[in-house]
Amino acid sequence: MSKRIISLLKHSFMILISAACIFPLLWMISSSLKTQSTIFSDMSLFVLRPSWQNYITAWVKGNFGIYFLNSVFYTVTIVGGIVLVSSLAAYAFARLEFPFKNFLFLLLLAPMMIPIPGGFVALYVLLNKMHLINTRIGYILPQINAGLAMSIFLLKSFFEKIPRDLEDSARIDGCSRLGIYWHLCLPLAKPALAIVVIYNTLYVWNEYLLAMLILSDKSLMPLTRGLMIFRGEHVTQYPILMAGMCIATIPIIFLYLLMQKHIIKGVMAGAVKG
Amino acid sequence: MAKRTFKNYLFILPALLLFAVFSIYPFIKIFQLSVYRWDGIMPTMKFVGIFNFKDIIFHNPIWWRSMWQAAYITLIALTLQNALALVLALICDRGIKFGNGYRVIFFIPPVLSGIVVGLIWNWIYNGNYGLLNHWLAQLSKWTHISYFSNLERAWLADPRTALTSVAIINMWKGFGWGFLVLLAGLQSIPRQLYEAAKVDGANAWQSFWRITVPLMIPTFGIVSIMTILGAMQIYDIIVSTTGGGPAYHTEVPITRILAAMRGNLQFGYACAMGLVFGAILLSVSLIIIKLSRKLNPLAG
Repeated sequence: MSKRIISLLKHSFMILISAACIFPLLWMISSSLKTQSTIFSDMSLFVLRPSWQNYITAWVKGNFGIYFLNSVFYTVTIVGGIVLVSSLAAYAFARLEFPFKNFLFLLLLAPMMIPIPGGFVALYVLLNKMHLINTRIGYILPQINAGLAMSIFLLKSFFEKIPRDLEDSARIDGCSRLGIYWHLCLPLAKPALAIVVIYNTLYVWNEYLLAMLILSDKSLMPLTRGLMIFRGEHVTQYPILMAGMCIATIPIIFLYLLMQKHIIKGVMAGAVKG
Repeated sequence: MAKRTFKNYLFILPALLLFAVFSIYPFIKIFQLSVYRWDGIMPTMKFVGIFNFKDIIFHNPIWWRSMWQAAYITLIALTLQNALALVLALICDRGIKFGNGYRVIFFIPPVLSGIVVGLIWNWIYNGNYGLLNHWLAQLSKWTHISYFSNLERAWLADPRTALTSVAIINMWKGFGWGFLVLLAGLQSIPRQLYEAAKVDGANAWQSFWRITVPLMIPTFGIVSIMTILGAMQIYDIIVSTTGGGPAYHTEVPITRILAAMRGNLQFGYACAMGLVFGAILLSVSLIIIKLSRKLNPLAG
């Protein structure tokens, strides 16, 4: 009997916490479907007559269409850049020999250990000098760099686990170093690459500080920055703001649910190793 | 051979180039700028030595206030949030139906952007038509206790509740992450240890304190460091809710550094703030690493 009660208590607690996690999101979605006149009076979660018009208004007049495409563009280019640059380096650190290898490896990983909270001030000065303020490339390159440390670390330990025999036989077959990296190691590293991709995607999609510092043209802004701009310009248009927030959130939640196994594995692997 | 070495370097060249330009250069630049007075625009910079640091440490009460406020948010994250995360992780570790489902749900808030989270909660806390006040009103209607409706307020605009309200948002966003890391730590403990303890007559309480806690020390260390680094550098949630107000009540170090940089055009001063803050964070992390090594029964 007591076992049953304990189980019931456990589940009630877990469900309560789960509800607290999900409720604000459901509320955001339902608010995005209400109208300016019902949103303050109608507190219910289910909307009888959903106003899909809000999404069209947000997409076109609220500029969220442009912000959305920008976010997609930044995420794809930055994550693609991270995968390419970090996997090349990780392969070299795992398999090739060259002077100062260990020193360079530790140097590249240093940002994981040393917090530099004022780094963005100096980064702004640098981008200003390079005339990259308010440009796409100025937003992309620093973020590729920011994703390198963790990705190199993860991929290197994965590459090291690939049996050397596999590579040796490929080399006998006349495969070059670059060929082995591209045709053999990269496809084998898919599980680790999945973690690298999903982590950096979450990070880039949600980034705000750098976008706020360096992007001032609306045509260049990602969603997070666009949301803050919209809130500043149209304080009272809550349904449209909520629709914009849904546009910013629903894709990432979708991606998360799709890839959740990799994310959870990634957190757990990182934690046990660290 | 030299050619081979050169070819091998080509693999790490892109990473090194990016790192040199966007990490090493800014890192050196912070130290350099921190001893100057500079508005970020004019070519002229005035060398002021350690003046910026002296001013920050001895004559900038708002800076220290922002530090304590971030520390308050961090303290809530370290205690309440991680205690909740640990309880949830323990429940999941002992095996529970839908365990995986709960796991997926708890990690939803951590994948959201701080901006969206702040904007949602902004509205929950709103004084006029916020959900929290609405619920308090309903609660007091049902229970006929006026205490609940007396609590109603603009939570983020009231100086007495603003900081705690922000800390609760941060906790909502963060506990799922702590839960997952702690669960990973719990699952790495060999089951045989618990079985052996049971055979020896240990109860659940004893095996928790004698097996779970000692073996979890390294994980506790990691979670503490990550929680501190994350919560002390809180920014997105602040900027999308209070923006530091009302009247400095939710200012945190990052908002102060930005204010020095953008508001007052004191780039050198902002860099010095970043260095002071970074040094504090680094020493706290090192202390925790030392401490967890000392407490860890498996290490030397």
